[in-house]
Amino acid sequence: MADAALLSIEKAERVFGGGRNLFGRARPAVHAVQDVSIEVRRGETLGIVGESGCGKSTLARMIVGLDAPTAGRIVFDGRDLVAEAGRDLRRLSREVQYVFQDPVASLNPRKTIRTILEAPLIHLLGLDKQARAARLSELMDAVNLAPEFLDRYPHEFSGGQAQRIGIARALAADPKLIVLDEPVSALDVSVQAQVLNILDGLKHKFGLTYVFISHDLSVVESVSDRVAVMYFGRIVEVGPGRSVFRHPRHPYTHLLLQSAPAPGRRSLVSDDATAELPDPYNPPPGCAFHARCPRGTDLCNARLPRLEAVSGDESHQAACFHPHERR
Amino acid sequence: MAEANTATGNPPRPVNRSSGRPDNLRLLLNNKLATAGLAIFALIVLTALAAPLLPLPDPDVTAPADRLFRPLSEGHLLGTDALGRDILSRLIWGTRVSLAVGISATLIAAFFGSLIGLVAGYAGGRVDTFLMRGIDMVMAFPYILLALAIVAVLGPGLLNALYAIAVVNIPFFARNIRGIALGLSRREFVDAARLSGESNAQILFIEVLPNVLPVIIITMSTTVGWMILETAGLSFLGLGAQPPQADLGSMLGDGRKILFTAPHVSIIPGLMIFALVMSINLLGDGVRDVLDPRLKSGALTRPLARTAVIRDIAPGDIEPSPGAVLDVRGLKTEFRFGGEVFKAVGGVDMRVGRGECLGIVGESGSGKTVAAMSIMGLVPTPPGRIAGGVALLEGEDLFAVSDERIRQLRGSAVSHVFQDPLSTLHPLFTVGDQLIEAIQSHRSMPKSRATERAVELLNLVRIPNPAERLKSYPHELSGGMRQRVCIAMALADDARIIIADEPTTALDVTVQAQVLALLDKLRRERDVGILFITHDFGVVSAICDRVAVMYAGQFVETGATGEILKSPAHPYTAKLIDCVPVLGQPERRLDAIEGRPPVVNNLPIGCAFAERCPRAQDDCRAAPIPLTEFGQGRAVRCIHPILMEAGHG
Ligand SMILES: Nc1ncnc2c1ncn2[C@@H]1O[C@H](COP(=O)(O)OP(=O)(O)OP(=O)(O)O)[C@@H](O)[C@H]1O
Ligand code: SF4
Ligand code: SF4
Ligand SMILES: [Mg+2]
Repeated sequence: MADAALLSIEKAERVFGGGRNLFGRARPAVHAVQDVSIEVRRGETLGIVGESGCGKSTLARMIVGLDAPTAGRIVFDGRDLVAEAGRDLRRLSREVQYVFQDPVASLNPRKTIRTILEAPLIHLLGLDKQARAARLSELMDAVNLAPEFLDRYPHEFSGGQAQRIGIARALAADPKLIVLDEPVSALDVSVQAQVLNILDGLKHKFGLTYVFISHDLSVVESVSDRVAVMYFGRIVEVGPGRSVFRHPRHPYTHLLLQSAPAPGRRSLVSDDATAELPDPYNPPPGCAFHARCPRGTDLCNARLPRLEAVSGDESHQAACFHPHERR
Repeated sequence: MAEANTATGNPPRPVNRSSGRPDNLRLLLNNKLATAGLAIFALIVLTALAAPLLPLPDPDVTAPADRLFRPLSEGHLLGTDALGRDILSRLIWGTRVSLAVGISATLIAAFFGSLIGLVAGYAGGRVDTFLMRGIDMVMAFPYILLALAIVAVLGPGLLNALYAIAVVNIPFFARNIRGIALGLSRREFVDAARLSGESNAQILFIEVLPNVLPVIIITMSTTVGWMILETAGLSFLGLGAQPPQADLGSMLGDGRKILFTAPHVSIIPGLMIFALVMSINLLGDGVRDVLDPRLKSGALTRPLARTAVIRDIAPGDIEPSPGAVLDVRGLKTEFRFGGEVFKAVGGVDMRVGRGECLGIVGESGSGKTVAAMSIMGLVPTPPGRIAGGVALLEGEDLFAVSDERIRQLRGSAVSHVFQDPLSTLHPLFTVGDQLIEAIQSHRSMPKSRATERAVELLNLVRIPNPAERLKSYPHELSGGMRQRVCIAMALADDARIIIADEPTTALDVTVQAQVLALLDKLRRERDVGILFITHDFGVVSAICDRVAVMYAGQFVETGATGEILKSPAHPYTAKLIDCVPVLGQPERRLDAIEGRPPVVNNLPIGCAFAERCPRAQDDCRAAPIPLTEFGQGRAVRCIHPILMEAGHG
């Protein structure tokens, strides 16, 4: 059953704005996520990378039901829970949980950690007092925090500790899938590793599936089984982590990897390449990366490349007319 | 494993952040005016409450024979009014009524106003529009006119006056609370509560309301005085308290007709209204100051334009190192809160040559920013102060020169580039205006010449189509472009040193790579020295020749970037390199640094890293560890450094 899809996203789209205003004039629309189809398999970690504004967080929020797709479907474990989430979020929340980027902002400053962690136990699982107490100590143990911390307030914690509380909250209802939206980006480098190691341990212990979103390529590379690269609301490359990072096919992935700073290497990028994203209110007809792409041709400008297997490898797909060769 | 360290170690409790009630009360009592207000208000309230117990004559019994006694008459301490009623008794009973009405009106207005504000702010969209348009409509009428209209419809009477006052004050609460609720509802903890299964009503009242409560209390304490005054106003016009019942307003109204023959009849209730409203407002301001987080954090106290320099020993003539543009020696910067001294920077040497780039790396709070900001006196005073050291800019001691000279140097010889370009760029002026101003502020030249120069600068930082871009506002540019504009501004007047504090941290990787490449090129072509602050060794590799690793306010290792990365000698440096994943090495085990840095108001005598150091021995904790030479151009603050042979990585 290792390969069964736990979550499948089918042609998901999220448009903000649009429609008409009071006077019947069309309002500008932005396609934050467009035509995204991807499966998350049971037990894997799917990494999603991309730069700010590429739609990563919008996609994440749709998966957990905080936002709804304007078209397409998101099916969890064979059930269209996400569509139901508009009416009752609780069923979805029992299965799919979320870890926020800013650990401190995601904890209510006026609640103790106990109250924060009890909320899902009460509202999602309906546990009684005794069962809650038992579960709380399990949770604190799982994220390696002393039980004394339960009666403290969020401002008394460091970023790393606060993020572990955020993880404990996500674990509370015993979900199958956790969406982690930049879970270590707000943390100091020295505590990133703590949190990443804890996440790794929990995944094995509880048989979790992760969707791990980050703009930091090295973090994504170190945690993911499969990786999807997003650009301008679409997935432009997807495949096994190893394959995507070693042999990037899409020119954008290539650029990302070249740009990422790494200890012991000087930058390989020229300072005058354009880094502008296309105008979201007036997207280009063809490939969105065309303006920045060194391999672009007229074809790219005229037509939209589809996400397709490159050179026979079904698991590795890229949306590009002129992909890089496998090195 | 050692993970338990962090788990059981107590999180530090910042001294100035606990928010218990006794603390708030103490803060309030620190404020003399508020304390005076509190005392007067308490006295008035207690007297009013005790009215039935006090030996007072009936306030409403008329005695025409005793009319208009002066104050201090026999049996009538404050005299009598035109109907011979005892003024003292009427005053106390009247105050009771005024207080009751004012406070009830406040509670009613606060309840309904806050409810409307909460719901509008939380629900947003149409509900918000609908509710707030309603509130706007109420606010469109002049305040007192509306109150008069309401009383006119309901008929005069104390209760109706109360309703009227409450209604006209609802919009005030609704608007205030809506703004706060709107902000809070977009916060992540609200999403988190939703995913924890809470319903909208639960989120609104369990999650949002407690965070809004301080604002409601502030608003109440600052409005109750006005409401009492407004009630008095209505009663004065005869629309509130009806005879024979007294409240302060109606007493004032009664006295008006005989103001010249018996002034005390109106002056006494007038003084009482004054004392009451004044004391409430003083108290209210005090409460606001205590509860308002901005005031608490000191964000509204105006710091000096330049960091205070209080050096124990004024250094004698120090020869700058040859070839150094910037030469900082033994820099110490402290923050003082109450009795405690936080040694944010505890003796740091920095040397930057022409066209050289020195990187400062360290965890958050290690003092990188403070060290860099100290150079040009940009650390806020109070609470900051430079407690020692010299900063030589081409031989000139920056801590000794005049304020005028510092002002000249800021932005010309020494420029800053910050993490957030929007903190440098003013949102309401075009990029061109700001660049031209920066150019003209240091060298007077005609506008046309300055404009040409601005175009040159934008060209230099590789902004396409510069002449057009001058007309753009900051928000019209992408993050990377804005940072380029900031770099252009830093170059406006032939900078010799650029102090860049995490200039690329907020940027996307591809943009970051370009900005780094740009800075690298500029320093080579224009011979500018760069002091580059970052927490990322990858970024250091991309641009810095030399790097200094900072920990708890001190440098623990300095040397050439390549060497330090290849063979870190200080255990902290080694750990800092090992704890981040490296692209292309996904299998590498991440080695977290357990524990956390010491708080700088309580540094150990010995090595500050000892608590977290795997190599620590007893002698590490015994005495301060000096920064000692470790091969050519390298120094390490460790007595058991990792030797190259021992092999790292
Ligand atoms: N205005 C201030 N008032 C009081 N204390 C301050 C102030 N600014 C900084 N500090 C304290 O000085 C110490 C060093 O802070 P600094 O900002 O230099 O760290 P940093 O290394 O730049 O961290 P980061 O990576 O988070 O930017 C910290 O303990 C901090 O709390
Ligand atoms: S489709 Fe064309 S423009 Fe787009 S990435 Fe591929 S080569 Fe570049
Ligand atoms: S001096 Fe001792 S405790 Fe400090 S870093 Fe060196 S070995 Fe570790
Ligand atoms: Mg800083």
